[in-house]
Amino acid sequence: MKNPSDITPPAPPTPPAPPILNLRNLSKRFGAVTALHPISLSIRKGEIFGLLGSNGAGKTTMIGMILGLITPTTGEIRLLGCDMTKNSRAKALARVNFQSPYVELPKRLTLRENLNVFGKLYGVPNLRDRIGELEEEIGLHHFLDRPFGSLSAGQRSIAGLAKALLNKPEILFLDEPTASLDPDMAARAREILMNYRARENASVFLASHNMREVEEMCSDVLLLHQGEIAARGDPRGLITRAGASSLEELFIQIARDPARLESPPRRQAVR
Amino acid sequence: MTEAARRIAAIILRHWYLIRGSWPRYVELAYWPFVHLLMWGFLQNFLMSQESGWARIAGILVGAVFLWEVLFRAQMGFSISFLEEMWSRNLGALMVSPMRNWEMPVALMLMSWIRSVIGLIPAALLASWAFGFSFWDLGFPMIGFFLNLSVFGWSIALLACGVVLRNGLGSESLVWACLFLFLPVSCVYYPVASLPDWLQPVALALPSAHVFEGLRAILLEDRFAAASLWKAALLNGLYLSLGLAAFQYFLRSARRRGMLLQLGE
Repeated sequence: MKNPSDITPPAPPTPPAPPILNLRNLSKRFGAVTALHPISLSIRKGEIFGLLGSNGAGKTTMIGMILGLITPTTGEIRLLGCDMTKNSRAKALARVNFQSPYVELPKRLTLRENLNVFGKLYGVPNLRDRIGELEEEIGLHHFLDRPFGSLSAGQRSIAGLAKALLNKPEILFLDEPTASLDPDMAARAREILMNYRARENASVFLASHNMREVEEMCSDVLLLHQGEIAARGDPRGLITRAGASSLEELFIQIARDPARLESPPRRQAVR
Repeated sequence: MTEAARRIAAIILRHWYLIRGSWPRYVELAYWPFVHLLMWGFLQNFLMSQESGWARIAGILVGAVFLWEVLFRAQMGFSISFLEEMWSRNLGALMVSPMRNWEMPVALMLMSWIRSVIGLIPAALLASWAFGFSFWDLGFPMIGFFLNLSVFGWSIALLACGVVLRNGLGSESLVWACLFLFLPVSCVYYPVASLPDWLQPVALALPSAHVFEGLRAILLEDRFAAASLWKAALLNGLYLSLGLAAFQYFLRSARRRGMLLQLGE
């Protein structure tokens, strides 16, 4: 029999990374319309979080509230330790970035000029070198010195991604980043994102309609339906629980039959 | 350079890139002040050639037109730069950058000066060459007139841009038209005393009316009315504070209504 003192104690489990985004009871009403019912969630460092939902489900509203573009009706938002409903949000905003189809870059400025402007806004050190790095990593050679307005929809998405990565954000908010890209470009954009995330241990908050993309990239998924949580969990688990063959099938099931919601509306508490 | 100054410089750089790369924008900036001054300059020459009381009064026309253009360019310089952000759907990207709420108005004020200088230099040269009117001969008061009219223009622009921010680009025409509401009561071409009694207090509540009274004192009476400048400066302090407060109010309202992500008409 072994002396208890000879037994090597098992290594303590690695503590989970601390959350870098915490939402508590976040909701939004526009007049009589409830765009988002109270939602609580948190995202940890290095996590890729997928936000799914049909048009008007509340995805853009949620991202807008987190980033301070929309004032929440209720709730708290803590991003990188800063209360985003207070004036301290500028400190957090310097460490994040985002891309959205609702926001564009000035069309008459070249992409290089746009990156110069945003680089100075974000206080990017050695800006010229950073733009050079992005030119290499993302493949901006062909359109870096062309006006943003003259770029194709796909090139604009890639340019928006370059702007979003400019300040090496700790958390990246992406609203439909591959919506206007052909399959090859979309794969390239995903590769860029995954490489960036692996290199910088950054978190990604990804709102998308592309179920395959979310299934492939995200470790945690939230499915919104008419402003409420329809399902939440890791993609494989969600698919198995629903008896579906893919996220897309689950999405369609919920869109056509909201009674399949995982838990009663307005009473969902997540994590 | 402090972080705030760097961000303000970034916004100015964005608008400078826009102007720098486009000769039609240079022309657009200089066109109206030039044409306006040319027309009023010829009228002044005609009136001064008449043997009547008009001749004396006519001497102020070119100066008055030029100073009205200073006010107009300050308001439009600020407003157009702001509208450029809305037209290009870039405002959302700026608002989620580390830029503070007060930094954008400051950047747009400085940008309005750059636009004013580009637009007014050809008009000033024209006034000097064609009509023998040198603004530099006005000396120190000219700086006071320029500053006061700029600040008043910004105050009006802050209010108008705030309304557009809250209500969307459908209300954009307000930006173009609002200053003309102040034209009759700013007493650009006639003294405040010539207004109906009930309207005179309205005029005297505007910094612009005091500036134009000050201009007439110099040109017609050869006297520097320092009190006009001080009254204008005090009123401007009030109006700029109100303008900034209104802009912040409308920005908060736009955030509540989710307008920063819906910047179309």
